[in-house]
Amino acid sequence: MEQAPSELTRLPGHELATLIAAGDVSSVEATQAHLDRIAAVDGEIHAFLHVNGGALEQAKAIDERRASGEQLHALAGAPVAIKDVLCTIGMPSTSGSRILEGWVPPYDATVVARLKAAGLVALGKTNMDEFAMGSSTEHSAYGPTRNPWDTERIPGGSGGGSAAAVAAFEAPFALGSDTGGSIRQPAAVTGTVGVKPTYGGVSRYGAIALASSLDQVGPVTRTVLDSALIHDVIGGHDPHDSTSLKREWPSFTAAAREGAASGSLAGLKVGVVKELDSEGIAADVQARFKETVQVLTDAGAEVVEVSCPSFAYSVAAYYLILPAEASSNLARFDSVRFGLRVEQQGQTVEDVMAASREAGFGPEVKRRIILGTYALSAGYYDAYYGSAQKVRTLIQRDFDAAFEQADLLISPAAPTTAFKIGEKIDDPLAMYVNDITTIPANLAGIPGMGLPMGLGDDGLPVGLQLLAPMFEDARLYRAGATIEALLADGWGGILTTKAPELAGGAA
Amino acid sequence: MKAKLMDFDKALELFEPVLGFEVHVELGTKTKMFSAAPNPAHPEFHGAEPNTLIDPLSLGLPGSLPVTNETAVRYSISLGLALGCEIATSCRFARKNYFYPDTPKNYQISQYDEPIAFEGQVEIELANGRQFTVPIERAHMEEDAGKLTHVGGSTGRIQGAEYSLVDYNRAGVPLVEIVTHMIFGAEHDAPELAKAYVGAIRDIVLSLGISEARMERGNLRCDANVSLRPRGSERLGTRTETKNVNSMRSVERAVRYEIQRQAAILADGGTITQETRHWHEDTGATSPGRPKSDADDYRYFPEPDLLPVEPSRALVEELRAALPEQPVARKRRLKAEWGFSDLEFQDVVNGDMLHLVDATVAAGAAPQSARKWWTGEIARVANERGVEAASLVEPAHVAELQRLIDEGVLTDRLARQALEGVMAGEGSPAEVAEARGLKVVIDESALVAAVDEALAAQPDVLQKIRDGKVQAAGAVIGAVMKAMRGQADAARVREIVLERASG
Repeated sequence: MEQAPSELTRLPGHELATLIAAGDVSSVEATQAHLDRIAAVDGEIHAFLHVNGGALEQAKAIDERRASGEQLHALAGAPVAIKDVLCTIGMPSTSGSRILEGWVPPYDATVVARLKAAGLVALGKTNMDEFAMGSSTEHSAYGPTRNPWDTERIPGGSGGGSAAAVAAFEAPFALGSDTGGSIRQPAAVTGTVGVKPTYGGVSRYGAIALASSLDQVGPVTRTVLDSALIHDVIGGHDPHDSTSLKREWPSFTAAAREGAASGSLAGLKVGVVKELDSEGIAADVQARFKETVQVLTDAGAEVVEVSCPSFAYSVAAYYLILPAEASSNLARFDSVRFGLRVEQQGQTVEDVMAASREAGFGPEVKRRIILGTYALSAGYYDAYYGSAQKVRTLIQRDFDAAFEQADLLISPAAPTTAFKIGEKIDDPLAMYVNDITTIPANLAGIPGMGLPMGLGDDGLPVGLQLLAPMFEDARLYRAGATIEALLADGWGGILTTKAPELAGGAA
Repeated sequence: MKAKLMDFDKALELFEPVLGFEVHVELGTKTKMFSAAPNPAHPEFHGAEPNTLIDPLSLGLPGSLPVTNETAVRYSISLGLALGCEIATSCRFARKNYFYPDTPKNYQISQYDEPIAFEGQVEIELANGRQFTVPIERAHMEEDAGKLTHVGGSTGRIQGAEYSLVDYNRAGVPLVEIVTHMIFGAEHDAPELAKAYVGAIRDIVLSLGISEARMERGNLRCDANVSLRPRGSERLGTRTETKNVNSMRSVERAVRYEIQRQAAILADGGTITQETRHWHEDTGATSPGRPKSDADDYRYFPEPDLLPVEPSRALVEELRAALPEQPVARKRRLKAEWGFSDLEFQDVVNGDMLHLVDATVAAGAAPQSARKWWTGEIARVANERGVEAASLVEPAHVAELQRLIDEGVLTDRLARQALEGVMAGEGSPAEVAEARGLKVVIDESALVAAVDEALAAQPDVLQKIRDGKVQAAGAVIGAVMKAMRGQADAARVREIVLERASG
């Protein structure tokens, strides 16, 4: 089967991988096609902070191994984009911050090492809000990423780079990290699929920490099956991460394939979370959500309403726990061993640390460090961090109760479609509320998926969120693939294929 | 500037000293507390070049994560049990946040309100026979910081230095910090109690085999808290915390010094500043460090990168069953086994040489020989140089020295010369003897010739011997030994003298 290079970039990841595995397309061809696409459109999108100069060489090595008859992983030779929060040997890893400009780690994050071991070819590092603090990628020290559906708009955040790269066909697969929605919310506003695994399901080793008790690495792709394929590669116990779970996980790929094939949701009890379906959710998002609930019902699902009253406190609790942990995690950026150093003759080490941090961190990072330092201070700890931890327990209980009534919970993945660049940058609270739908899953540690459920009144993607109980990630993939197939039938193809072509791509 | 000191007995007349100790023990595990980097406190990695025992966590690199060393946890539980502590069923690590360039993450992973071991006691026997129980509040696990070397400036401190060098080899070395409750009632024995307490911890740690416990290497570090309150007062005085006390002798001296210094200030109507103080071995004085208040805010919170440590009761009981005997019981046993007189044994204990004699005996020396070396020649040199005896020579080398004597290879005098070489770092006793050409002359014909010559030179002595005054032989033996430049076995020379004189 002959494929024009430009068509290769439009294939879902699993189809491209199948072609490579069959020898119909070489890894070099697939990689070159994506590098060409990046060269053509990334000037408009700015999804990448760094493009891997060694990508073609790595692709060539995979092709040679395949030619020599070696049995390779099903995804070997397929290209992947990596969020800049992840440490990569040989590529700068800045976490979107000036303070780490040019820093090249001496080690790979476990997820990166696992992708490498499976033979995937890294295309480069994707843009993000500085240290993953943000919902729009506007807080990147290296300039914003633009939404491929409308380049005047944000691609979500913090992982806007990975979502935009996938939505703009610059990469079939990408990695993100999700602390309060940084995978699911960008997926929602770019019409892509993203999964936050169960806390501990994927190693955090080598992921530059934002909030250790909330962070999880996960896949960003255009289809549910593609996310499952990546999740199967990166997941599982890692002795380098103490919080990584020691358990056997089922094949998420198998779950996604089953779900796509079945076409039915019969027997599935789906809970609509009352608290995530009304207040603060835009009318067009609510409308798409209602239509989606109808599609689920038509496919045999039993839809019930569940209530999670403690969710009202989730944003407040989140914005205490996250800054508290972040203030400590970011203390290491002091210019002594790595990163930006700003110094003048005669200054003390404290002066140099302070000056370097002043120059190296952006305003949002400083805001959260100050918030977190305050929340952990003696005399305030119980009132702030302590209370927030209690809210966390209450939210977990709400989920426990909800999952007694339903196998799966659903809600909109983001309250609105993509807003305009600059629209909320001066209003941190408006920005924080953007994550209202995604935050509870991080606080409870449960897995969640964002996937497209149509277009809003402005023609921009609207996302659906699926939530499953702890350890039940496979349930997300099974149901997610079924829902994806049902909706795509109605649209005549997956949503990303409906995006307007970019100026550079048309050329 | 030298502080004003009050006479010690006078100080005790006016004030009651209250003590408290924080002892840090470096565990000798093969790897660090939270990573697989080699541990410089393990014998295999002594003397490594700076910044060679490191990994991403030791440098606090972005994305690095801690993983708890299970051997360190076992060691900590054993230590807790040996201190008579209860062992937590579940305890979390916490982050202690503060910025300092020797702390790679700018927080230390420690334990805050959930120590692995708590509420124990250590029994101590002072030289005067007084029994003392030191109450232990807690023993918790943590990681060590790196080591700073301040270059330029006069004090070797960070203030005034031109620049500072950081060695992160020590960053992440497993530590157990043992904290006592306040210790009342030590009175005149306070300085000695301080020394005896640190000695007891050292003995426990050594008997458990969890650390080399060498104070001069920083394996064992003591911070001594001292406060005074006027006789009859219920209210506690302001305390100082003396750091950097790296020998048992210094612990004793530092406590004595602080009592005398604080008493002089209080008696003059002054107030004590709550602060850390640095002990200076050379001047025998403490100097102010940074002010320390109870309001220091380390913003502790539970370490989210680590799971709680939850030792099973089975493990705790297994470790309890494997505990070695208590130091006080051990002392009684060793005294009996070695057959030392009260005076001999007390000499060893006072010289803090029990573990050294024990190790020397374990290496094959007879107890009396081991004792004589340590309390004799080695103690003499240690005193002369003002250092710890343990830092001069390894027990195994002392045993080897004695073996060379027993085998007739060296005389006592030659052995002392060999010891001198060993202490100078020239190698093992056998190596030193070889290199310096120290050995007993066993060429019988040379000895016989020397004896004949000496007898011929002193005919009066020869006659006395022949008349049965055997003790007169001494003069001839001395002459022979002198002729042989000491490299002869005096006992054998004596035999030859008597033989030739009667022949």
